[in-house]
Amino acid sequence: MEGQELPYVLIDCIGGMHGVYEDHVGFLQKHFHLITMKEYLENKTLLSKKIRAIYMWYHKPVVNKELLQSLPNLRIVASSGVGIDHLDLNLLSSFGVKVSNTPFIVSTDTADLGMALMLASSRRLVEGYEMAVSPDTEYFPADWLGAEVSGATLGIVGMGTIGYKVAERAKAFEMKILYHNRSQRKKEEESAVGAVYCKKIDDLLQQSDFVLLAVNLTPQTHKLIGKRELELMKPTATLINISRGLIVDQDALVEALQNKVIKAAALDVTYPEPLPRDHPLLKLKNVIITPHIGSATKKTRRIMMEEMTESIQAGIAGLPIPHEVLP
Amino acid sequence: MFMSKAFNLLKPIPLMSGQTNLAYKFIHLVASHGRRCHRSVIYKQRYRTCPCSAGRRTISAETKVMAKEELPGVLILDIGGTQGVLENLAALLKKHFHLITMKEFLENKEEMSKKIQSVFVFECRPTIDRELLESLPNLKVIGNSGVGVDHLDLKMISSFGVKVTNTPHAVADPTADIGMALMLASARRLVEGCQIAVSPDTKHFAVDWLGVEVTRATLGIIGMGSIGYKVAQRARAFNMRILYHNRNRRRKEEEEAVGAHYCEKMEDLLQQSDFVMLIVNLTPETHRLIGKKELSLMKPTATLINISRGAVIDQDALVEALQSKVIRAAALDVTYPEPLPRDHPLLKLNNIIITPHIGTATVQAIHMMAEEAIANILAVLNGQPIPSEVFPK
Repeated sequence: MEGQELPYVLIDCIGGMHGVYEDHVGFLQKHFHLITMKEYLENKTLLSKKIRAIYMWYHKPVVNKELLQSLPNLRIVASSGVGIDHLDLNLLSSFGVKVSNTPFIVSTDTADLGMALMLASSRRLVEGYEMAVSPDTEYFPADWLGAEVSGATLGIVGMGTIGYKVAERAKAFEMKILYHNRSQRKKEEESAVGAVYCKKIDDLLQQSDFVLLAVNLTPQTHKLIGKRELELMKPTATLINISRGLIVDQDALVEALQNKVIKAAALDVTYPEPLPRDHPLLKLKNVIITPHIGSATKKTRRIMMEEMTESIQAGIAGLPIPHEVLP
Repeated sequence: MFMSKAFNLLKPIPLMSGQTNLAYKFIHLVASHGRRCHRSVIYKQRYRTCPCSAGRRTISAETKVMAKEELPGVLILDIGGTQGVLENLAALLKKHFHLITMKEFLENKEEMSKKIQSVFVFECRPTIDRELLESLPNLKVIGNSGVGVDHLDLKMISSFGVKVTNTPHAVADPTADIGMALMLASARRLVEGCQIAVSPDTKHFAVDWLGVEVTRATLGIIGMGSIGYKVAQRARAFNMRILYHNRNRRRKEEEEAVGAHYCEKMEDLLQQSDFVMLIVNLTPETHRLIGKKELSLMKPTATLINISRGAVIDQDALVEALQSKVIRAAALDVTYPEPLPRDHPLLKLNNIIITPHIGTATVQAIHMMAEEAIANILAVLNGQPIPSEVFPK
């Protein structure tokens, strides 16, 4: 009468601002028996041994030592998105728990957002919109100008999947493309987008009109862009961050923007998110901030969910895990 | 594969001793792959020289003053302020022309009217009406800064034997960029996002806050001229599927270079596109090109982007379509009028972005447009082939 029970998977909650999307639940329930954190806490004794996987949607539920200790049969944590800086990989590994992310599906949306931020900043789109709708506007002044993106120099720091897709897009705007990366890309890859390698990040910073950060957050990239790097940039340059807030020394950035050491910044990511409401970055006129929406499209989030499902199934079955993250 | 952008940079060669002609160097700037290469052509032009300079080896201050007066006169509205020609553009103009503001002209009509051989129209000003044309007997050309000439009565101007020129090359890149900027900003809800990021009420960022994809979506370009083609080049790099509707079909190679599919019927484009971008000039034929019928043919998930002229869209129909979610959103760099009245319904909708007609509002573009206009004006005055003349239909 009862077939094989579907594997039990722990989630934070369904719906609301932070939960698993309501319209994803149908698909997930075909494959898993979903247990919310609330349900788990109400019935730990029964459920703790049954839970084989955690579906971590936007960093929730939080996985700590205590939780790991109480889930003896946990095989895998599937994390949404590409970043894994919020996970303690060593801790998870010590419990024999595997980890997966969704690295490639986010890349085009994130590259698109990088381009959107660069264009919006350079052409003063948000300011322009505010002028267009302001009750005080009587005419549009002729001396209100932005700066051109076409033909300018873009320096990409971090030429992974996302960085490369930014380069592909920027090429169509006839931008001159410089890049800095741990390793140089293959010659054909460079030629395809007309990108010039800068072994020293300083060279890239000094020549670029737009500096776009597309690295992952590691101890090596933490505060990669600080006072020194900002001072190396042109005073007419714009910093764009689609990586993680911690890549940039935020205090140094505030100072640089206040003193016009650089012209402007456009950030999809900050530390923390959101920023405290009295943070100086929120008051500066030459900054635009978006609420970490790099992969925030319906299609992409759906595919992320499907990929996480696949990874969980493989993890539970003991098969090779798609998009496994190794410590 | 990339269309090259060519415009003339004019560098006056200073009068050398004994030289009575003013020589000009036309430098063609060709931009491709982000590199700029220069070709220069020396062109000598005779101007009416003042009698006292004949045979002399040195230029006296008196001669200098008279030489300036001998430059052809160009009428502008004003210098500086919020509506006048920008100061640095005025400086450019002064290298080639005797600059006469509207105020100077009106204060001294009799003397000035004969000197004015050209008008530099900047941001649609000064207004060219019959009265003005009748009072400028030596007017040869109206050099417009910008490509749109819908604010000029071409037939009337032509009836006075006056030519009209515009600046199609200088506007193409920055306007294509704004089209892309608007499409991306609208799709990803950038303006809303910025408001959330800075709002005093924001405590957390909701994870269910989503926009729509641009990569791999379908872009329908209505009007595939220079600007439209540059938009197609950019959109292709986003792996977009590109449809286009145009008076004439482009050559096969041009279509293939950007992967664009021709839609002979605009209806086909409207029905299939996720983003519809308007890049036509405003003529009687394109007036209210997009109305209630066209909007209802569009997908309910589609976005309309306008970088042409406000009057290409039936604005009342657009308001209704946006309110009733007949289409998802709109992003407009142009409206009718500009700015909109402050109580206009378009300003209250939350599925619309409006920018204050900034398609060419970059430091670089403003400069290039002035140079292109100057080159056109000089070509007319010198009886040379005119780079961008606009003819009445």
